[in-house]
Amino acid sequence: ERSNLAGVRHILLVLSGKGGVGKSTISTELALSLRHAGKKVGILDVDLCGPTIPCMFRVQNNDVHQCDSGWVPVFVDQDRSISLMSIGFLLEKPDDAVVWRGPKKNALIKQFVADVAWGDLDFLIVDTPPGTSDEHISTVEALRPYKPLGAILVTTPQAVSVGDVRRELTFCKKTGLRVLGIVENMSGFVCPHCSECTNIFSKGGGEELAKHAGVPFLGCVPLDPQLSQSLEEGRDFIQEFPKSSAFPALAHIAQQILDGTSQQSS
Amino acid sequence: APCDPAAELAEVRERLRSVKHTVLVLSGKGGVGKSTFSALLAHGLAADEAKQVALLDIDICGPSIPKMMGLEGEQVHQSGSGWSPVYVEENLGVMSVGFLLSSPDDAVIWRGPKKNGLIKQFLRDVDWGEIDYLIVDTPPGTSDEHLSIVQYLSATHIDGAVIITTPQEVSLQDVRKEINFCHKVKLPIIGVVENMSGFICPKCKNESQIFPPTTGGAEKMCQNLNVSLLGKVPLDPQIGKSCDKGQSFLSEAPESPATLSYRNIIQRIQEYCDQHHFQEEKII
Repeated sequence: ERSNLAGVRHILLVLSGKGGVGKSTISTELALSLRHAGKKVGILDVDLCGPTIPCMFRVQNNDVHQCDSGWVPVFVDQDRSISLMSIGFLLEKPDDAVVWRGPKKNALIKQFVADVAWGDLDFLIVDTPPGTSDEHISTVEALRPYKPLGAILVTTPQAVSVGDVRRELTFCKKTGLRVLGIVENMSGFVCPHCSECTNIFSKGGGEELAKHAGVPFLGCVPLDPQLSQSLEEGRDFIQEFPKSSAFPALAHIAQQILDGTSQQSS
Repeated sequence: APCDPAAELAEVRERLRSVKHTVLVLSGKGGVGKSTFSALLAHGLAADEAKQVALLDIDICGPSIPKMMGLEGEQVHQSGSGWSPVYVEENLGVMSVGFLLSSPDDAVIWRGPKKNGLIKQFLRDVDWGEIDYLIVDTPPGTSDEHLSIVQYLSATHIDGAVIITTPQEVSLQDVRKEINFCHKVKLPIIGVVENMSGFICPKCKNESQIFPPTTGGAEKMCQNLNVSLLGKVPLDPQIGKSCDKGQSFLSEAPESPATLSYRNIIQRIQEYCDQHHFQEEKII
């Protein structure tokens, strides 16, 4: 029997030790960028307590259906170029809290990895919650037979975030997960009124960490209210705001991922 | 040793007998400023030298408190009466898994049960002494750590939870779940703090909503869910800097609008706790 992940060419995880640094944002924007490069992308959201992916594509009210091979992922539009799976789709009410201990979370993650009928995808992006616990251990274990490409680690510039991401790097080392690179998110804010740049969350921590750890640095993404707004409204930031300050950085991250995979195939 | 929940609760009750007020700092969402707030709440309350304050960090995977309190590299010592907290000031003691790790690269890659075990130890074995305020900083989510802390602290008394959010819907979504969690486990909610609420450009003084409150922010959510909005705190680059240096932002930037907000919120929390205490005494 063909596994549900057999048609997925590349699997990559988006991790961070730290919460609120922009994992789901980066997962979403990466998926949109890859779609604009003509790729078919799936996002598996294994954040069971705080599933944000459905809202970022404005499909939070969609239901999940079953087929012979398992669960049908939710497509974000007619093109079917981006598909999603998240516990968000399984909740009766959006404010329902998923108050589960580890073992129950692990069981659902195993199902999410094995039982979603993704079909053929160029990329499956796995968005994770913060930390190095049940979700992360279970996800990496379940994905191991499918040889993931690796992980993108997201941090914000300040030391408090970098401190947690260092631990995530250790997690990757211990679990044999290749680190594709580090993204420094919320790196500077350019005032829309006067163009003065303020480093609200400091600057440079992500780049320094990449250097210190000997992993690629994928770039700095600045704070951009247009990006926050797009995510709130489930809009395609990559298509609608190519002139915004965050666009070049996000496009560059996607390009490096694409370059990495084409190098792999050649 | 076989697990005896009743005995464990009794041990925790005994240890925490001398704690007057317990406040949990929660959020469904990560990165909204729980640890920042917990640290500043601790500093704010400890400014009164007559008060004894304890800060317990139960974020096992991402312990930020040691760094924020300027205690990185400190280790925990054992004595006859249990684990000694690490003291920032004479009247402000801290405990975190961070103090048990020997290197900043050490990752705590534990499943739920092991995390619960450490939380139990933190509550049972740390010799806090007599405390006026026990502040518990939590990781994001509604899982093992949260269930465990509420379960273990049921042996004693929790004044309530302070819930931190940022203005945007992506955060509020998770925070509503956290509020639901509190209702489910019958944890009183002291109120909600809206953090990162606007940014004033230091050059042109115009305000930008970096995390736009597209659905009305914490204010609307609090109205809808009938919980108190304790206050809103604007973004200030000095906050991150102070946290990174392990200094109290309240002392480093006493004139900042953010400091004023924090102080007002801390006062409201104190008033809530005092009222509570008074009501309890009345009942007795």
